[in-house]
Amino acid sequence: MADMTRTEPTRTSQTPVLPTRSRTRVTVLFVVLAVALVGCAVLSAGLGQLHIPAGEVVSSVLHRLGLGGAEVASHPNGEAALWSIRFPRVTMALLVGAALATGGALMQGVFGNPLAEPGIAGVSSGAALAACAVIAFGWSFLGPWTTAAFAFAGGLGATLVVYLLSRSGGRTEVVTLILTGVAVNAIAGAGIAFLTFVGDTQAREQIVFWQLGSLNGTRWPYVALVAPLVVVGIALATTFARRLDLLALGERPARHLGVDVERLRITTIVVVALLTAAAVSFSGIIAFVGLVVPHVIRMAVGPGHRVLVPASALGGAVLLLAADLVARNAVAYADLPIGMLTALVGGPFFLYLIRRTRRSSGGWA
Amino acid sequence: MTAMITARGVGLQIGEAHILRDVDLDVRGGEVLALVGPNGAGKTSLLSLLAGDLEPTAGQVLLDDRPVTAHRPTELARRRGVLLQENRLSFPFEVLDVVQMGRAPWRGLPEEDDDDAVVARAMAAADVGHLARRTFPTLSGGEKSRVSLARVLAQDPRIVFLDEPTAALDIRHQERTLALARERAATGDAVVVVLHDLSLAAAYADRMVLLAGGRVVAAGTPAEVLDAERLSTVYEHPVEVLARPDGSLLVLPVRSVEVPV
Repeated sequence: MADMTRTEPTRTSQTPVLPTRSRTRVTVLFVVLAVALVGCAVLSAGLGQLHIPAGEVVSSVLHRLGLGGAEVASHPNGEAALWSIRFPRVTMALLVGAALATGGALMQGVFGNPLAEPGIAGVSSGAALAACAVIAFGWSFLGPWTTAAFAFAGGLGATLVVYLLSRSGGRTEVVTLILTGVAVNAIAGAGIAFLTFVGDTQAREQIVFWQLGSLNGTRWPYVALVAPLVVVGIALATTFARRLDLLALGERPARHLGVDVERLRITTIVVVALLTAAAVSFSGIIAFVGLVVPHVIRMAVGPGHRVLVPASALGGAVLLLAADLVARNAVAYADLPIGMLTALVGGPFFLYLIRRTRRSSGGWA
Repeated sequence: MTAMITARGVGLQIGEAHILRDVDLDVRGGEVLALVGPNGAGKTSLLSLLAGDLEPTAGQVLLDDRPVTAHRPTELARRRGVLLQENRLSFPFEVLDVVQMGRAPWRGLPEEDDDDAVVARAMAAADVGHLARRTFPTLSGGEKSRVSLARVLAQDPRIVFLDEPTAALDIRHQERTLALARERAATGDAVVVVLHDLSLAAAYADRMVLLAGGRVVAAGTPAEVLDAERLSTVYEHPVEVLARPDGSLLVLPVRSVEVPV
C-alpha cells in the first residue's frame, strides 16, 4: 500500500465541527445499574426466612475480606446461612442474569433483529433438551461438567439450526425467526416430554422443576462451574461488540468496512451458545431476560454494542437478582420458580414489542 | 493515470444465466468512470466484481496484481469504499454513529487520529451535518442515501464505487454528489459510478462504459459512447443526443407527439 499518501482535497469552507456527544447518559446508566446491583445483592442476601439486616450482611462481607467488620451476630446460624446458602444463590442469580441478557444482546446483533432471544429462538430449549438427557439417563462421564457440556452442545446445535433456517439474504425476517423458534421449541419440547416419560420418578421430578427454572439449591461448586463460562463469554463478547455495530448495516456493507462477516457470525453464535449453556445448565429455563434487558438498555442509551453488551450484562444481573428476591419472598415458606416470574413479566413485554414493531414498520420487517 | 483495478476477460455465470461475459476494464486513479446500460445489463454485478464482493467465474479482477478477493477484508476496506443502492440499518443508530462506522477500517492506525475531522468533512460534503443527532430509520430515502454516502466518504478510500447514488436524490443533491465524485477524482482517486441518467453521466464522467446483455457495447469518453443510434438499439427506444452550445451533451428519449389511446 505505497499509495496511501494523499493530498487533502482543497475546500473553500472551513472544517466543520462535529456535534459533541454527551456521555452523561451512559455514565448515569452504569452508575445506576452498579448501585442497583449492589443494593439488590445485599438486600437479597439478607431477606428470607432467616432475616439478616443489611448492615450485618455488609459487615460480614468486609470481615471475610479482612477489612474489619464482624460476623453475623443477630442469629446463631446467620453467618452459615449467609455464606453457604444465600451468597452462592445471589452469585448464581447474578451470573445467570448477566449471561442471559448478554446472550440476548449478541443474538439480536447477529440476527440483525431486535426480537431474537435465546428463549424465543429455541436456543434455551435446545440446551435444555441436552441437559434433560443427562438428568434422565444419569450420565456423568464428564464429571460435574457433564450437564454444562451437554447444554452447550444442545444450545449450539439449536442456534445453528435456527440460524441456517431463518436467514435469507443476510437478514432474518421476524416472522421466520419466530416460526423457526416455534418449531425448534416444539421439537425440543417433544424430546423433553419423552425424557420425562422414560425417566424414573426422581429424574422426572427433577426435569419438571428444572424446566420451570429455579436457583434453589445453588452451592458454591455450581457457582464455580458456571462463573468461568459466563466470565469468558462476556469477555469475548466485549472484544467483538464494535464489529456487531457494523453488522447492523447489513452483511455486504459490513464486509466493505473490513469485517470478516462469516467469522464474526460463527464466533457470536458460539458465544451465545456458551452463555446460554452456562445459564441453563444449573438454573433451567429462564426466558425473556435476554429480550427485556437489551431493549430497555437500547431505549436508554441507543443501540451501540460497546455500551449495550456490558450494560446488558449488568442489567441482566440486576433483573435476575430482583426476580429471585421476589421468587423467594413473595409467598412465605415457598420458593416460586423464577422462570415463571420472568415469563410473567417478559411475555406481555414481548407482546408489546411485537405490536410496536408491527406498527412502526408496517408489517413483519 | 495508473490503473488501480483491472478486469480482464471477466465473466459471471450464475446457474445457466450469463450475467457478464468477456469484460475488460480499467479503474484508473484521477478519473470518474460511469457504468451505464439498460436494466439487467449487469452494471451492479460488474460493480460487485470490481469491489471484490463476488468472485468472477471467468477471467480476473486484479488489485495490486492480486485478485481483489484475495485481499484481507480490512486491507481492502482501506482501499475501496462501496455505496450500495439500498441502505438499511437493523437498529436505530444516530446519523453520527453511522458515519463514524466508516472509520472502522482505520482503527489502530495513525489515521485514526483524524477520525473526527474526516467524519465532519464527510458529513458536510454529503450535506447531512444538520441530521447528526437524528436516528437513521426516521430519515427520508434521499437523506438515508446521503448519510450512507457520508459513511463511504468517511471511510476515505482511494477507490470509490457508487451504485446509483443519485436515484433517491433531488436535483441539487444529484449535482452535489457527482460534483463530489469529480472532486475526489481531482485528488487522484478513482470513482466508479453506476448511473441511469445519461445526461448526468455525460456531464460528470471522464469515461463511460455502456453495458448491454452482460457485454461491453462501447467504452470511451461520453462523446464517443453516447451515439444516438447505438443508444436507441441498446435501450430499444429511440433516443436523441443533443449537443448544447457549451459542448455538453443531453440525452433524451424521443417521445411520440400523439399519445396512443
